[in-house]
Amino acid sequence: MSKNDVICVVCPVGCKISIAENKDAELGYDIEGNKCKKGINYAIEELTNPTRNIASTVCIEGAHLTRLPVKTSEPIPKGKIFECMNEINKIKLTAPVKMGDIIIENVRGTEVNILATRSLPDI
Amino acid sequence: MYDVLIIGAGVTGASIARELSRYDLKVCILDKNNDVADATTKANSAIIHAGYDAKPGTLKAKFNALGAPMFDQICKELDVPFKRIGSLVIAFSEEEMKTLESLYEQGIKNGIENIHILDKAKTMELEPNLIDSAQGALHAPDGGIICPFELTVALTENAVENGVDLFLNQQVIDIEKNEKEFKVITQKEKFTAKYVVNCAGVFADTIYHMVTPTDFHITPRKGQYFVLDKEAGNFANTVIFQCPTPQSKGVLVTPTVHGNLLVGPDAEDLNDKTDLDNTRERLNFVRENAKKTSENIPFHLTINIFAGLRAVPDTGDFIIGESEKVKGFINVAGIESPGLSSAPAIGNYVKDLLLDKWEGLKEKENFNPYRRKVVRFNELTPQEITDLVKKNPSYGRIVCRCELVTEGEIIDVIHRKAGATSLDAIKRRVRAGMGRCQGGFCGPRVMEILSRELNMEMHEVVKDSPESKILTGKTKCSEEEH
Amino acid sequence: MRDYDIIVVGGGPAGLAAAIEAKKNGVDSILILEREIELGGILQQCIHHGFGLHVFNQELTGPEYAENFINETKELGIEYKTDTMVLDVTDDKTVVFVNAVDGYQTLKAKSVVLAMGCRENTRGAIGIPGSRPSGVLTAGAAQRLINIEGYMVGRQAVIMGTGDIGLIMARRLTLEGASVKAVMSRRTYPAGLMRNVVQCLYDYNIPMMLQHTVTKIHGKERVEGVTIVSLDENRKPIPGSEQYMECDTLLLSVGLIPENELSRKAGVTMDKNSNGPFVNESRETNVEGIFACGNVLHVHDVVDFVTEESRTAGRAAAAYVLDRAPASASTISVTPGKDINYIVPHTIDPEKVEEEIELMFRVSELFDDSRIVVKKDGETVKSKKKARMYPGEMEMIKIKSDILEGSQNSNLTVEVEEVPDKNE
Repeated sequence: MSKNDVICVVCPVGCKISIAENKDAELGYDIEGNKCKKGINYAIEELTNPTRNIASTVCIEGAHLTRLPVKTSEPIPKGKIFECMNEINKIKLTAPVKMGDIIIENVRGTEVNILATRSLPDI
Repeated sequence: MYDVLIIGAGVTGASIARELSRYDLKVCILDKNNDVADATTKANSAIIHAGYDAKPGTLKAKFNALGAPMFDQICKELDVPFKRIGSLVIAFSEEEMKTLESLYEQGIKNGIENIHILDKAKTMELEPNLIDSAQGALHAPDGGIICPFELTVALTENAVENGVDLFLNQQVIDIEKNEKEFKVITQKEKFTAKYVVNCAGVFADTIYHMVTPTDFHITPRKGQYFVLDKEAGNFANTVIFQCPTPQSKGVLVTPTVHGNLLVGPDAEDLNDKTDLDNTRERLNFVRENAKKTSENIPFHLTINIFAGLRAVPDTGDFIIGESEKVKGFINVAGIESPGLSSAPAIGNYVKDLLLDKWEGLKEKENFNPYRRKVVRFNELTPQEITDLVKKNPSYGRIVCRCELVTEGEIIDVIHRKAGATSLDAIKRRVRAGMGRCQGGFCGPRVMEILSRELNMEMHEVVKDSPESKILTGKTKCSEEEH
Repeated sequence: MRDYDIIVVGGGPAGLAAAIEAKKNGVDSILILEREIELGGILQQCIHHGFGLHVFNQELTGPEYAENFINETKELGIEYKTDTMVLDVTDDKTVVFVNAVDGYQTLKAKSVVLAMGCRENTRGAIGIPGSRPSGVLTAGAAQRLINIEGYMVGRQAVIMGTGDIGLIMARRLTLEGASVKAVMSRRTYPAGLMRNVVQCLYDYNIPMMLQHTVTKIHGKERVEGVTIVSLDENRKPIPGSEQYMECDTLLLSVGLIPENELSRKAGVTMDKNSNGPFVNESRETNVEGIFACGNVLHVHDVVDFVTEESRTAGRAAAAYVLDRAPASASTISVTPGKDINYIVPHTIDPEKVEEEIELMFRVSELFDDSRIVVKKDGETVKSKKKARMYPGEMEMIKIKSDILEGSQNSNLTVEVEEVPDKNE
């Protein structure tokens, strides 16, 4: 039985929700503290598979800037954040790059891509 | 071997160096910091005193009276901003009006003629923001404001242009003497010189002690200040002093030559010659005591705080002269207020003292008293700007938005003699970073320019001293890569 | 060099949205002046997610949001100059600028849109005692150095301020390999969004120290540590609670200040509460034909609302230029009531309000379970329950035009009404 407290971030209220496994409960969990329904899904996600979007920069040559901002195309498992950062840090690109270009495909088996978040023409 | 070696590139050492550079002498200046004007000279009230304040018969009185009138000429030659806005000593009571009378008498004794006692009405007319309880003032129209570090940079630049060698990051750790010469030993090098001039500020006694048990002691006296936004610049029209009491000289409120308002200092005697910390208690003390002058000082417009150390001699007066115990060693110590105002006169005096040591030394024919003019974008006319940008586009790129400083100006001061090699050195020369955003916008850009012009990595750029790096390295780099 | 109908000072999200909207509303002669080497403003260094939820129905990063607007600006053929610094704006809409190519130029415009954004509050201004070493940076300056220049600012950081910039930088530093020892605030609650507290601090086990402040900076050349102190309910230091925290970097996220030097030069009057110009419903300042929008008017938290506001300004600037807009009568004054720090706009001409007008405001404290009450001449005209409000998140309330109808010289106020605790 695992019991956790999460702070819901779906809306600015920030309910403190406590969630514990309970096979007999309707959704399989005892959930309390949420002021609305959205907190329920959020709490379950946070307990079973917390995911996060991250953003960073990669090295780039041949452009007027030396760093290109990038992001995850979708949230990745929270536990894989630093692994993905390591992959991002290895990248050395050459301009030109277009916003939306896939910089890393399926980063660390997450099925999530790392995308360029701006275009950088070559100079 | 040098004829003269000056320890300390503050305003005193730089003034002496420039005077000596008129003659065919081998002169060098050593400073332990990464730039000139990096100690007391950069952190004081920036005032040229009219000269009534010092006790008659003292060196302070003598050199202030001689030095103060010299600034117009020097600032013209060296292109340094200087304004004679006048100073007021405010009396807040009948008792203090009497003190003003004695200050007036003292001024007359010191040879200062252009001073007057003003009544309440005239005082309030000059300074409408003064507190209502002001009774009157001692007015010295010749009192002035200057940029002390810009002055020192200009003096040093001019001295170096005229043949003086400048050595920075050289901390004197020992001095040996034999009949012929002095051996001045720093943590890096050994220098030899016939004469040594000790302008080491708060460390003058430490330096003197290297050649003989020192017979004077220098106490560092810390003073803390507030710098207010240029929006507050016309809060005061003159340098406003509070009437001195037996306890203190009072806190002053003054415009700066660049248009800010300066409030401070307090006075705190220390044991530690390196303590430059700002403290809440003393800043509050300054605020509270400034209220005596006016209750409306717009402290919410503060853009910066700083602290400086005065070199206070236990003799009560400047210590200027050749040591009786060590021939050839000239002390110029205890240069607290009115040190800045006295600097040109001290420069002359020490030069004359040294010149006596040689026969028939004439002024160099090619001595050039003029510093190459400094471009100040914010003082140019539209046509001047357009012409300048055509010749050099970097003068069209404003790097410091708050103070309107261009890339061209920054590049220029990096490459002059005694040029800037750090962020603070740039700040002291062209004011980039002195404005209300305190370098938030221009900082990264100035670093880029320094890195490019001096051919160094951006993460080698320092704030002031060699240990004050701003960045730790590139992102996405392992430690081994750089 | 020719004159323009509209000159926009600032090519960040505010300036771009205003220019685009003005163009779409029939004005062709528009010039955007931007001091950076490219358009996009502060968004170019805000590489994180959180932009575009309302305007694009997507969650974008700052650079993506910017690029959308930059593309549209170019597609519409709107003129712009970068690497250009505006030196002066006058009340007769003369704009002076300088750059490396054109030198010093004076242009006349029929209308000017002020969109210069804001700057960060500094160590010097708030007067943190101690030494003045390297390693003390504002969070935004650090963000620029890390994200644009590609340099790390330190290895062990303490962050002062729990506003969004401080929280975002706590995560950024951590992702780039630095250690963030604590993020602290004098408040009893974090200033920024809860989402950022969770995803920037809790996720990385970075301690948030509320009711704490840095009371001294140590280190002669480079930061070596800070002394921090606990604060009581009156925000006064609790004697004896001083702690030394070793670090080599102190980041400050202690407030944003609208950059209104040019506005003042143009004779625009300022609201001390918002730190920006007084404006009417169309975002026009007291100087006819000069408009203000975005962070220069009041500091926003969400760029989508900057865009909305700037579109209002752009539309109004276009109407002004095309002479379609009768001068604003601006008869309703809007003033902050109890527990409200500021409200924008400051005046409303009911004739100019089509369906409804949105009042943007910030509360002065944290309020749980309270009401926002709008009063016209002392009478309540609208009231809205709010579960949670705090100064760090700008609030908005819509007022329908029928409420404003027929109001000559009326006064609208917005105030907070605390709802008594149900358990009392």
